[in-house]
Amino acid sequence: MKKFINHLDNVLVESLSGFAGAHSDLVSLHLEPTFLTRQNKAKNKVAIISGGGSGHEPLHAGYIGYGMLDAACPGHVFTSPTPDQMIAAAEAVHADKGVLFIVKNYAGDVMNFEMAAEMLPFENATVLTSDDCAVIDSTYTTGRRGVAGTMIVEKCVGSLAETGADLLACKTLGDKVNTRTASIGVALTSCTVPAAGRPTFDIADSEIEVGVGIHGEPGRRRETMRDADAIVNDCVDAILADFKARNVSVDNEALLLINGFGATPLMELYVIYNTAAKLISQHGVKISRSLVGNYVTALDMAGASITLCLLDNEIKQHWDSPVHTPALRWGM
Amino acid sequence: MKTSNLLSASLAIHAAIVANESDIESLDRAIGDGDHYINMKRGTEVVAGMYNELLPLPADEALNKIGMKLLSTIGGASGPLFASFFMSMAKVIKVNGGNNPLEIAAAFAAGVQAIMQRGKANVGEKTMLDVLVPVSTTFTLSALEGKSLVEICHAIKLAADIGLESTRALVATKGRAAGLGERAIGHLDAGAKSCQVMLYTVCDLLIKGEN
Repeated sequence: MKKFINHLDNVLVESLSGFAGAHSDLVSLHLEPTFLTRQNKAKNKVAIISGGGSGHEPLHAGYIGYGMLDAACPGHVFTSPTPDQMIAAAEAVHADKGVLFIVKNYAGDVMNFEMAAEMLPFENATVLTSDDCAVIDSTYTTGRRGVAGTMIVEKCVGSLAETGADLLACKTLGDKVNTRTASIGVALTSCTVPAAGRPTFDIADSEIEVGVGIHGEPGRRRETMRDADAIVNDCVDAILADFKARNVSVDNEALLLINGFGATPLMELYVIYNTAAKLISQHGVKISRSLVGNYVTALDMAGASITLCLLDNEIKQHWDSPVHTPALRWGM
Repeated sequence: MKTSNLLSASLAIHAAIVANESDIESLDRAIGDGDHYINMKRGTEVVAGMYNELLPLPADEALNKIGMKLLSTIGGASGPLFASFFMSMAKVIKVNGGNNPLEIAAAFAAGVQAIMQRGKANVGEKTMLDVLVPVSTTFTLSALEGKSLVEICHAIKLAADIGLESTRALVATKGRAAGLGERAIGHLDAGAKSCQVMLYTVCDLLIKGEN
């Protein structure tokens, strides 16, 4: 393992301190328990809080700020945060209009946020994100995983909350965006969890893992490496088949997010975009919004995910609205 | 239940988890995401570190504090699940005292129930419950039959082994391996393995204490 580390036990705190220092105009770091909040507490709005294991940066702390999150709770690498973090964060940022948790659908995250929600002394609700369509047969699992589509949910719900909308409206929009979003990821290499010190999975130079999760957990199947067009074609087919299976009609415009997992250059992400946009257009869907970059990563995994979010006027309006966070900024 | 016995077990459990690092980690790397050993080590280490703080407390209070501490320390799925186990066990011990195997079996069963409720899971989903549920049943039945402590411990170890082995043939429907479908078949579940290790440790300690 070759990583920029001083001491294994300090990686997370040193990274968070650096993050808070670099973006001191936008975020504050709180320790014991660990959570981050907006530099200036928002008033008269639903407090939007997310959190999850670390290693997916810029998710979630990178999306704290105007138009997105009020607070984020980072856990250890790939390990969900604990209820005391969510409770402390909620107490710090709630502004008497309730708290909305945005939680990726993993057993650990769900349980820790659930216990926090049970203990919280004020009104709260939860949006579970589950955009990953990699799991072939949904009867095998209690739910799909929440992956890159989570940041789209955070953007849209964060935007609506700024308008003063109530808790139910924010939850409803979050659920809608999640329903209209599907993702699938492909890994070329494994990631290495610092504390583990070696790659999470073995993969040959000639192989790819299709349907990989954002923790390097295996996905749909192991395949032989092919050219980009062939891989992207399979991914786009999987996404469109997923919408079809869920009876979500795909005949409108869409947002296409090509997300890098941490070790794939932008140059390749744009190769993926180029093919994906063409293929999706051939299905009669207009790609009217795009985002390409490292937004929901898996440490140093090489690979990328493709996310398609079907837009309607409401989602488009909240995607386009001004946002000012460390990792996403436009319109202000 | 004596708090000093409980704490001796917690020290032994921490040592056993560390001793089984490569087994637990390789299972998790195969079908999970490689963090289970790290979380188990962190959890058992923090409980072992509470020794002096817990020693003067009655067993039920010690169990409850262990649960609360795990809830704010482990994270992941293991945190809320083990926390629920110890906190529910504490409630029963508080009432019945946990002074004989049957009373402890009742507390253990309540702890396992709490894991099932929190995880919305049952036997057959390739999780720790595939070890814990049969162990709980064996524990209660052996205690009801009036078996000796040593006999009960041997029965629990056997049930833990069979439960762990049962996860090999299962498709995971809960936890991180749930995305794998049939690819998970052939692998033991890492959470079931760490439970088997912990149960073995406690049973061996009790067997040794009786001899």
